[in-house]
Amino acid sequence: MKLNFEHHQTAHCENGVASNLLLNKGLKLSEPMIFGIGSGLFFVYLPFLKVNFAPGFSYRPMPGAIFSKAAKRLGIKIKRLKFSNPQEAQKALEKNLNSNIPTGLQVGVFNLTYFPEEYKFHFNAHNLVVYGKENGKFLISDPVMDYTTTLTEAELEKVRYAKGALSPKGHMYYPTYIPEHVNLEEAIRKGIKDTCKNMLAPVPIIGVKAMRWVAKSIPKWAAKKGAKTTNHYLGQLIRMQEEIGTGGGGFRFIYGAFLQEAAVILKNEKLNELSKEITMIGDLWRDFAVDIARVYKNRNLKSDIYNQLSKNMLHIADLEEAFYKKLRKAI
Amino acid sequence: MKKQDLPQDESNLQSANMTEVLYVTDENDNYTTANSIGWDAKKAALEESMELIHERIEEARQNVANHKVSPIIYFMELNKMDFQVLSAYVGMWQWRVKRHGKPKIFKTLNDSVLKKYADTFGISLEELKNFDGK
Repeated sequence: MKLNFEHHQTAHCENGVASNLLLNKGLKLSEPMIFGIGSGLFFVYLPFLKVNFAPGFSYRPMPGAIFSKAAKRLGIKIKRLKFSNPQEAQKALEKNLNSNIPTGLQVGVFNLTYFPEEYKFHFNAHNLVVYGKENGKFLISDPVMDYTTTLTEAELEKVRYAKGALSPKGHMYYPTYIPEHVNLEEAIRKGIKDTCKNMLAPVPIIGVKAMRWVAKSIPKWAAKKGAKTTNHYLGQLIRMQEEIGTGGGGFRFIYGAFLQEAAVILKNEKLNELSKEITMIGDLWRDFAVDIARVYKNRNLKSDIYNQLSKNMLHIADLEEAFYKKLRKAI
Repeated sequence: MKKQDLPQDESNLQSANMTEVLYVTDENDNYTTANSIGWDAKKAALEESMELIHERIEEARQNVANHKVSPIIYFMELNKMDFQVLSAYVGMWQWRVKRHGKPKIFKTLNDSVLKKYADTFGISLEELKNFDGK
């Protein structure tokens, strides 16, 4: 069977699944709206957690947090299920499809057959929607893809039971209740306040303070671990920043789009200005990525380059701090 | 970022016939979306990461050939895994998996343990046992 489901390509998998699932239930919210209300902007630094042989950086909150927060603030109820037995997981999914419910799944990326080789690594918090089953294959709407795809039963089981950090354990979810009237204004305000609170948190591993910690660590890595390791760490930083489904510089642009929409809904001109400001900050993040990429190409640069990168990142952190303070006041 | 500044650099996305969506601003500073086929800065980071993986695979292969490590280490690297991920897949403690990385210990493993590794790597028992790195 094939359910009536519209596939829209989005910049980030989690917002995309959320936005597509809600649209299917008749609630039209853009990707930036979900992202903003769900407080998708984030930064965390986990120096002792090694991912892909580099420290853990993330420009996003815990997987699932965006949709959960957005749903709570909009009064939407989501049902989430995990299964210890893969057969049960498949049965539950098929039962959902038979009851005409397109269903969101958390999956691992490594065995996603339709991804390019370079994107296949052991990252287990990707999201997609299953919207039917035809000729023994599941119909897949992966929001970061231009087009819909399919996965066989075995392929889907593999990605639903990927192992390691954040293993999905067959995690599936779908909205069960959407209120008739959604209080968008209130939800937007809550989303913005939460983002400002997180990014300005007085904790060294979260938000602006964490960015500064990373920035200050760059020259230290270079001195202690050498250029090769430092370059790899910086590469990890770019991949986390611009990779499909993780996003950082690109996230600033989604947030800019959100603030622009929010300015109209809340009739608050200040948010329009702040949208421009975060867009400019997003541009700086992208320039930062270009600077890092340049370090790879000219391997024999002076050691000063790491100090320069550190300075650039500190500058961005300063601008972001000022931005969140203004945003908090504007709301 | 302005729509006209969106990079369109050929990249690995092409191999999967993909593009990616980005939020960009139009001539009136209004946000809209646009598709990109890739960006050199990101490509450089991905290439660096792939290079490192290939180096690690090659090093593991040589170490197997020189009897320094067991084939498990080679296939772990080939599948872009580390001990944490591999131990989760085979359902054994990390210290045990690390032990199985030693050629001497590897030789003593029975087929039921080896099968867990072979299944995880998607290869046959024989392929796992007979891999000599040469």
